[in-house]
Amino acid sequence: MTRMWKVAIAAAALTFPALPASAAGTLDQVKSKGFIQCGVSQGIIGYSAPNDKGEWSGFDVDYCRALAAAIFNDPNKVKFTPLSTKDRFTALQSGEVDILSRNTTWTLDRDTKLGLNFVGTTYYDGQGFMVKKSMKINSALELSGASVCTQTGTTTELNLADYFRNNKMKYEVVAFATVDETIKAYESGRCDVLTTDASQLYSTRLKLASPDDHVILPEIISKEPLGPVVRHGDDQWFDIAKWTFFAMLDAEELGVSSKNVEEMKKSTNPEIRRLLGVEGSLGEGLGLTNDWIVRIVSKVGNYGEVFDRNLGAGSKLKIDRGYNRLWTKGGIQYAPPVR
Amino acid sequence: MSDIAFVRKEIAPMAPPPLAVGGILGWMRKNLFSGWFNIAMTVMSLALIALILPPLLRFFFFDAVWAGDSREACLGASGACWPFIKAKFGQLVYGFYPIAERWRPDIVFALGAILLAGLLIPRVPFKRWNSILFFGVFPIVALIFLGGGNFSLNQFIIGRIIPLAAMLQGAELFGLTLSFWLDFVVSSVLITAVAYFVANALGADGRFAARAAAALLIGLGAVLLTLDFDFGLVPVETRQWGGLLVTLVVSVTGIVTSLPLGILLALGRRSHLPIVRVFSVCFIEFWRGVPLITVLFFATYMLPLFLPGGLTIDGLLRALIGVALFSAAYMAEVVRGGLQAIPKGQTEAANALGLGYWQTMNKVVMPQALALVIPGIVGNFIGLFKDTTLVLIVALFDLLGQIRAAFSDPSWATPTTLFTGFAFAGVVYFIFCFGMSRYSMFVERRTSAGRRR
Repeated sequence: MTRMWKVAIAAAALTFPALPASAAGTLDQVKSKGFIQCGVSQGIIGYSAPNDKGEWSGFDVDYCRALAAAIFNDPNKVKFTPLSTKDRFTALQSGEVDILSRNTTWTLDRDTKLGLNFVGTTYYDGQGFMVKKSMKINSALELSGASVCTQTGTTTELNLADYFRNNKMKYEVVAFATVDETIKAYESGRCDVLTTDASQLYSTRLKLASPDDHVILPEIISKEPLGPVVRHGDDQWFDIAKWTFFAMLDAEELGVSSKNVEEMKKSTNPEIRRLLGVEGSLGEGLGLTNDWIVRIVSKVGNYGEVFDRNLGAGSKLKIDRGYNRLWTKGGIQYAPPVR
Repeated sequence: MSDIAFVRKEIAPMAPPPLAVGGILGWMRKNLFSGWFNIAMTVMSLALIALILPPLLRFFFFDAVWAGDSREACLGASGACWPFIKAKFGQLVYGFYPIAERWRPDIVFALGAILLAGLLIPRVPFKRWNSILFFGVFPIVALIFLGGGNFSLNQFIIGRIIPLAAMLQGAELFGLTLSFWLDFVVSSVLITAVAYFVANALGADGRFAARAAAALLIGLGAVLLTLDFDFGLVPVETRQWGGLLVTLVVSVTGIVTSLPLGILLALGRRSHLPIVRVFSVCFIEFWRGVPLITVLFFATYMLPLFLPGGLTIDGLLRALIGVALFSAAYMAEVVRGGLQAIPKGQTEAANALGLGYWQTMNKVVMPQALALVIPGIVGNFIGLFKDTTLVLIVALFDLLGQIRAAFSDPSWATPTTLFTGFAFAGVVYFIFCFGMSRYSMFVERRTSAGRRR
């Protein structure tokens, strides 16, 4: 009798194959496919967009390339699925993509209810202010009495009210239904200040007729931590995703860049030797090779290089690193040590 | 002396009509200024043109930037930034298709255009062969050229029972999977034999059944052989297709499959056979009741949750099937409208002449019904062509999607990039839709020649 049951259960198990989400480990699946399927945006300046040659490039794209470099030693073994804000989580849950790297804000709700794990905060975003240079303002605290353009019904509007009230400043809201209208109003001088997420302010500035006439103030008044996301239920893949990001930060902290990574292997600094896999077998513990960080840094670069190339001084956007500086340089980007 | 003062000997030369009747002025008076209402309309139209045309011309031509290779060239201009379109043109047409392989879509475009022109222009001979080539051979050729061919076929029928693939260890010859073809040949022989014996047992002509089965299987085999054969083309997965290529693939597939499917469904809905009728009604009402976005979204993101682990269907194919079924349901209702306009006497007369159902439909009812609903059919085609932009939500970049993606390239971010891109998309869509519309008018004139007075 028990044997018959076993046969029946085995047969049932065969006829109902497991859902893709809970099937064999994502790393094994990715390795057997030969590429990572990475969900990106359908086009956000600096984060993920196709360039003139039709290749995806940007900050979020480079994270997926780093992951591919760590696994395959080839940053091009990654395929991109452009996703909208609405279908991004469904695509991840259904297994259409292995990882979602699409400037997604980390919130408690998303982390728990949607069955997702946030890898880390690759970019600390938040609400900022843009003003005309001619106003000669250097801080948001000097904005008292200003008229502010914003979108209606967003958290942006609430944050704005809180910030001005807390600092006992007067202001006047000029709200619009869409982003484009808001920008147009700011450009035509209906208001003195434009407020939205800082990363968006920089890309908006690029689209204005004379970008150099506008400045983005240093104050960030809300928390929008952006980062890559993986599915619940695969800790090994979560670890790899997490440590790929940490490794890029640690490499920057230790001064290891794509230009000097080969020389750095000869370094006597034990931290660098561990980071580059010259000592110990930390990479194998992750299910990768020991030189996985060498692969990431040489093929894609450290965090600072990736930031600079896509968003920072080396790019068209020229975003100030602000909070995204390393903790050693006054920012809050801090990664656990590789050891 | 005669007391007749003057007699005209020849006819006086014809005087030109008064200025107010003939010539341009006359035409204008008759058509533009014939009454106070007409005058008001004319003035208003002229004012509207004067209001719209100059800014449009300024944007498209006079203030536009024509040369340059980065955003700096377009920063100061208030007109279109054409270098942006030029830089992105390859992407707008082919999407992410590898640059070295773009000659393949080119060949498919050219082949499709030649065959389609042959079909559309009445004077071109060999219509029958042409349509066989276009509807039968061209899709397979296009699939092989665009995708690269050399599909790996696994099992046919017997292979699902006996593990042939494992026995032959995936041996291949010219890209042909030997285990599959062994499977195919054995299965085909078996099916033919079964057809023979079953037909015989039922008292029908066994030879005929066997021959029909064999012919079908040989046809299927020929198609599969072409698909499995290794032509040495680099595989390009559908994820890399994009731009106008995807727009055309989706819309042409939708247009070509929706009409025959729609005709069958319309006939089914008017059929006297209850099962056929109920099925058709359910099918049509289901697909008309669901928005296309839902269909696409479900096919792309929900289907993988239900399919067994190993089985994946290509994303573009899923969208294609969704679009085809969706448009077939709409087409069915348009065709049914035409069918209802044909008086019952036509069918009765055909029956009296001894024509069967299909002959009646084929020779008497359909030619009249379809000619009546050409505007509706073409309206559907045009709607479908524009609806293809919805595939963006399932991560396929059609022309519009590709343009939107190009907006976020930091090296082209300027105040006018957005407008330039949308203006270009508008022009392209207009050319296609207007072309379809004009051709449909031509067909209408041709098919209604008998009814014209």
